[in-house]
Amino acid sequence: MAFASIYVPDFMVQSVVRAEPALRGRAVALIEGAPPLSSVVAANEAAWLVGIELGMNKLQASDFGAVEICPRSLALEKTAHAALLDLGWSVSPRLEDAAPDAIILDLAGLASLFGPEEKIASQLIERALKLGLIANVAVASNMESALHAARGFPGITVIPPGEEARRLGSLPVSALLPSAEILETLEHWGVRNCAALGTLPVLELSERLGQEGVRLHELARGVRTRSLTLAEPALFFEEEMELEDSVEELEPLAFLLGRLLDQLCARLAARSLAASTIQVRFDLKPSFEKDFCSLSENFLGKSAPKTYQKTLALPVPMRDSKMLLKLLRLHLQRDPPLAPIVKITMTADPARPRVAQGGLFLPASPDPEKLELTVARIANLVGDANIGSPESTDTHRPDEFRMSRFATSLGAAENRRKNGRSAAEAGRENGARENGRARRKSDVVPAIAFRVFRPSVPASVELCEGRPVRVGFRGMRGDVVAACGPWRTSGDWWREDGWQQDEWDLEIRFYYSSRLPAEHPYKNGQNIKRTALPPCGLYRFYYDAILQNWFVRGMYD
Amino acid sequence: MPVKLAALRSRVELALAGRVTAPFRYRDRKIIETVPAGIPEIDSLAGGLPRGGLTEICGPSCSGRTSLLLSALAERTAHAEVCALVDGRDAFDPQSAEAAGVELKQLLWVRCRNIDQALRATDLLLQGGGFGLVAVDLSDIPPETVRYVPLNAWFRFRRAVEDTPTILMLLEQEANAKTCASLVLRLEAQPARWTSTGEIRALENHARETHGADFFSACLLDGFDVRAEVLRSRMPPVAGTGFHDDFAAANSVDTGIFETKAMWGYLGGLPVEKCKRK
Repeated sequence: MAFASIYVPDFMVQSVVRAEPALRGRAVALIEGAPPLSSVVAANEAAWLVGIELGMNKLQASDFGAVEICPRSLALEKTAHAALLDLGWSVSPRLEDAAPDAIILDLAGLASLFGPEEKIASQLIERALKLGLIANVAVASNMESALHAARGFPGITVIPPGEEARRLGSLPVSALLPSAEILETLEHWGVRNCAALGTLPVLELSERLGQEGVRLHELARGVRTRSLTLAEPALFFEEEMELEDSVEELEPLAFLLGRLLDQLCARLAARSLAASTIQVRFDLKPSFEKDFCSLSENFLGKSAPKTYQKTLALPVPMRDSKMLLKLLRLHLQRDPPLAPIVKITMTADPARPRVAQGGLFLPASPDPEKLELTVARIANLVGDANIGSPESTDTHRPDEFRMSRFATSLGAAENRRKNGRSAAEAGRENGARENGRARRKSDVVPAIAFRVFRPSVPASVELCEGRPVRVGFRGMRGDVVAACGPWRTSGDWWREDGWQQDEWDLEIRFYYSSRLPAEHPYKNGQNIKRTALPPCGLYRFYYDAILQNWFVRGMYD
Repeated sequence: MPVKLAALRSRVELALAGRVTAPFRYRDRKIIETVPAGIPEIDSLAGGLPRGGLTEICGPSCSGRTSLLLSALAERTAHAEVCALVDGRDAFDPQSAEAAGVELKQLLWVRCRNIDQALRATDLLLQGGGFGLVAVDLSDIPPETVRYVPLNAWFRFRRAVEDTPTILMLLEQEANAKTCASLVLRLEAQPARWTSTGEIRALENHARETHGADFFSACLLDGFDVRAEVLRSRMPPVAGTGFHDDFAAANSVDTGIFETKAMWGYLGGLPVEKCKRK
C-alpha cells in the first residue's frame, strides 16, 4: 500500500499568486491587520532572501523595493484549498484533508490507471500547475512519512518501503511540527535532524518528553502508522476575489472575470466535469452620489442594492473559459451593475460534460456553444425578448404566443428524422383522408400564410347593410371586392385584458395612397409620383367591441 | 514567343504569390446542390432552392412570398434542419407557420425593428453557421430603403454561405442583390378564390333569422393563385434531380403558377380559429 502527499509550500503566498499570476516568480510578502498595525505574516522564499522578516510592519516591508506587499486573503486561501482538494479527487477518491496546505491520497489500485508511483507523482505536479499551484509530492508506504517528506523535500520524492528512516534522516526536527517547548529541548540536546532523533533510546525519551516524544521518535524513523481520515467528496465550485480598488468599467472587470473563469474551469476539468450554470455575484460599493441617493431613499423606506447577481444558464455543459467569458461579457454589456464592484464571487453548477457523436446521415446543425454565443450577440442587438423559438400557448386570443429559449438538440433531431414524415407528406396524407381519395405529389398545396401587423393598425371602415364596403388604413383607401365574416371571438372576460372581436377577411382593391417614398427623387420637383399601389390585397380586419374601433390585424401573403 | 509567354506567366505568378494559388490552373465548375422548396410547381420551375447560395423572392404585398417562405421552412424543419428567420418588421405569425407545417422548435426567430438590425443579425447568423436555411424577411421594409443597402453587404452574405449547406433566402419587394443572387423569383398574386359551402350558407340563414339582418357574408377565403417568374437562375429548370451543373440563365424568364390554400379549423360550430390544419 502506498500513499502520496501533496504539499503546497508558502500556501498563503501561493493562494494570492494564484489569483494574480503577474506576481509569479517575484518576491511577495503578505501583511495582515488593521492599518497602521498591519504586519508581515507570510512571505515566499525570494522575499526571505531579500531580507523580509515576520512581524515587520508595512512601512518597513515597503523599504524593500523588490518585494510586492499584498494583503492576506482568507477567501483566496479557501479557494486555493478547494483547488488542492480537487487536485486530489482528480486522481483518487480516498483522500485525507490533512491541513490547509497538504492532503494525503491513497494510491492503492491506481497503478493500472496511471502507471508507476513516479508517474503518478509527476502527473500530480502537472495538474497542480494547471490549477495555479506549485506543489511538492512525496510517495511513501505510510501516510506520515509521505506527509513529512512532502513538507521537507521539494519536487517529487518517492521513498521505497523500508527506507523511510534513511530518507527522512536529513529532515530538520522542526519538519515534524513538534511543540515549541519540545523543539527547544531537542535543540538544547543538540538533536537537530530526524536521524539524530531516531537514534535516541525510546524509553529514555519517553521518560523525559512523554508520549509526544515517542510519537516524534516514530515519525523520525518513519514507522508511525494510522488510518486515513477520508474527506467527503464535495461538488462545490466557487472562486472569490476581493478587490483593493473598486472596478467600474467592463474592460478591467472582464480581465478579472477571465482569471476567475480560468481557475474555475481548471478545477472543473480536474474533476472531469463542466459547468451547466455560472453564477456571478458582485458586492457593490455605493458611490458618493449613490450614497446621497440611498440616504434619501432610506427615508422613503428603500435601500440601494448592495449586491448584483447574474446567472448564466448554459444550453449544454461547458468548461471553455474563453467562451464563457465572451458570454458573460455580452450579458454584462446588456445589463451592467450600477455601482463599483469591490468583491466578485463566481460559482459553477457542475454537470457531466456533453458527450455527443453526430450521425453520418444527420443534417448539420449549429454547434451549441457557438450558437449560444451568436444568440447572445443578437440578443444584445435586438433585445432578449426578441430572439428565441416561438411557442403556441393554450388560448384562442389572437396573435398570442411566447418566446422560448432556442436550443438545438441532437437527440430530438435524430428522433424526428427517424419518425419523421415531411410536412408535405403529412399534409398530403391529411388531404387524402379528407377528400377520401388518393392525391398525387403534385397536388400538394401550400397553406396560405398570414403576416401580422404589430401593433394592429387602426382603420376606417364604411359599412353597408352590416358589411364592409370601403376601407382606409395607413394612408391608403380601397373598395372591398369580397368580404368574409364576421367571425366573432371573445375570451378572458374575467380579466382586465379580455377581448371581443368581429373578424373579417377582406379583398381590397386600392384606389388611393397618400404615402410617398421617404427619398423620392421627384419630391421637391413638379413630377410628384405616388407610391405604386398594390392592385389588390387580402387583409384581415376586426372590430374591437371593447375599444369600439376597427383595426387591421394583418394580411395574407 | 513561347519564352516571352513563359516569362510573363512566371511574373504574374510571382506577383500573385501568397494571394492566389495557381492562377492559371483551370478551376472546376461548381456543382450546385438544390433542395425542394416544398411547392412542386416552384421546384419544377426553378429546380429547387440552391444550397450555399442566395435566393431572392420578390413581389408586392399579398403576392405569396410568405407562403413560399413557410413552405420552404416546413420542408427544411421536417428534415431536422435548424432554420433561422430574421424578421425585418416583426410580421411573422407563428400560428400560420405551425399550420403550414413548420417545426417551431427548430426555428430561431429574430424579431427586428429596422433593416440595420436585420442585416447585422443576418451577418452574425451566417458567420455562426450550421443553419439549413436562413431567411431574411424585408418584405415590409420600403423598397427604397432596401435599395440603399450597399451591394457589398449582399456580396458578404453570399461569400458567407458559399461552400456551406446553408440556403440564404431573401424576401423583399424588389430584387436588389443583383449578381450575388443564385436564384431570383418574382411572385405575383392572382385574384383570390372564395367558396361558399352548404354549411356556411346554413350559418348565414341562422344569423339572418337570429339577428334579422343580412350582415353575414356567406363565403370563405379559399386561397389565391400565385404566378411565379424566374428572373435569374444559375440552375436549369430540371425537376427530380438534386444536382445541376453551374450555368447562368440570367436573361431567360420562365413562369409558372401555383395555388395557395387557406386552412380552416372549426370550434363549436363556428369558424373561429383560423390557420389550423383540418
